[in-house]
Amino acid sequence: MDSSVGPTRQLLRLRGRSYVAFVFAPVVPIVGWLEEVDATLARSPNFFVGKPIVLDLSAVDLSQSAISHLIKSIEQRNIRVLGLEGVDHVHVDAGMPPLLTGGRPCALQPAEPQPPKRETKPQETSLLLDSPVRSGQSVIFTEGDVTVLGSVGSGAEIVAGGSIHVYGALRGRAMAGVNGNSSARIYCQKIEAELIAIDGYYQTAEELDGSLRSKPAQARLEGKIMRVTPLN
Amino acid sequence: MAKVLVVTSGKGGVGKTTSTAAMGAALAQAGQKVVVIDFDVGLRNLDLVMGAERRVVFDLINVVQGVAKLPQALIRDKRLENLWLLPASQTKDKEALTEEGVGRIIEELRGTCDWVLCDSPAGIERGAMLAMRFADEAIIVTNPEVSSVRDSDRIIGMLDSKTVRAEKGERVEKHVLIARYDPARAARGEMITIDDILEILATPLLGIIPESQDVLRASNIGSPVTINSPASVAARAYADATKRLLGEKVPMMVPHERKGLINLLLGRRAA
Repeated sequence: MDSSVGPTRQLLRLRGRSYVAFVFAPVVPIVGWLEEVDATLARSPNFFVGKPIVLDLSAVDLSQSAISHLIKSIEQRNIRVLGLEGVDHVHVDAGMPPLLTGGRPCALQPAEPQPPKRETKPQETSLLLDSPVRSGQSVIFTEGDVTVLGSVGSGAEIVAGGSIHVYGALRGRAMAGVNGNSSARIYCQKIEAELIAIDGYYQTAEELDGSLRSKPAQARLEGKIMRVTPLN
Repeated sequence: MAKVLVVTSGKGGVGKTTSTAAMGAALAQAGQKVVVIDFDVGLRNLDLVMGAERRVVFDLINVVQGVAKLPQALIRDKRLENLWLLPASQTKDKEALTEEGVGRIIEELRGTCDWVLCDSPAGIERGAMLAMRFADEAIIVTNPEVSSVRDSDRIIGMLDSKTVRAEKGERVEKHVLIARYDPARAARGEMITIDDILEILATPLLGIIPESQDVLRASNIGSPVTINSPASVAARAYADATKRLLGEKVPMMVPHERKGLINLLLGRRAA
């Protein structure tokens, strides 16, 4: 009998993810280009705050020490260099940011001042009814599920974009998935429904299996066929 | 401050008017100052059941239209001095009934008596809506039949949405009164059971009134059964329901078939 349990090994999980970064492409003369950067910083000192950049060196031919000097000059201006691009790996030493490949250009919108976010309530996706739904009442909620804590009376009607849950007897009509949601279902504690429908497919009380009557049941669609099965 | 109670059902012929008269009289017998109002404009009956049909001068519509003052239209019962009737009009069109006018009458009565009983017409039209509009409490009269129970369910839904109280976010206190209960048919399983009715309506039970010749006889001679034959089973059931309405705890009696003397003798002989 082996009761010892070896140390469980954590699996190392790697995930790919892509980000948008600014790319600097210095041109010769480097000194002139750095003056341009300084001019930009003078106009808007916070322009590069929180925006790490990638240095694209394909337009210039620099030695390893020149690259190292350029990176230092940029970092002195409080701009962080995330990586290098367009340079042979022999010119890159361990102290430099890593060499990046596979970058794709993308259009960058100048950051427009965001309109102040309006306090909007998140869209309700379910409706809870605390009392029975009486004969003649019609509850229509196309945004999602409807839950009734009580019965749905004969002659009452529930229309839901999602599923319908009735914690009581369902004696009226229940129409789920009216927006074309064929995975919507209908659940109730006592099925005595006049009509149940999911995504347009319906069944009347007459077609309902008599052995299910007054029992907990769920209805769902299997292709184009409605299946009403006992719950639990 | 009076309590305004609507007696309603949705379905016709279930016993609203009979129950209004019987319970109005029973409340008056219990010392309460009661006004019963007939809202069935065009088909008034409450005056007949109360035995006041020959004393009608002004009616509800006259008061609504300002032709008569409320005290002129109220008819005092001859047997009970603290029971009044405001009859409906038999000739006028029911469109003459306005919410503003009814509201004014109810407001005036609230200050002067203990109970205002509104006898609702059948249906869910204007008359029925205005009868329940200002109610604080409601008695839903139901017969043990599926059609009656479903109509009651509909009316309960309206009490929860179309009344002034409901619109203010308050509750109308609701009671179910099961009328025309036939113990013999119930024993044979020919009627929907009381448990089923209460399960469907999800509303507390106020009383069970048996189908009774005493009730029919009382209606025909224009005297509420609680005045005409107070010892009868139906009258006692109404009296018990009235006590519950006044907040007393009275055990619920389910009417059962009384064995005739012959049956009893046969039963003994067989034993």
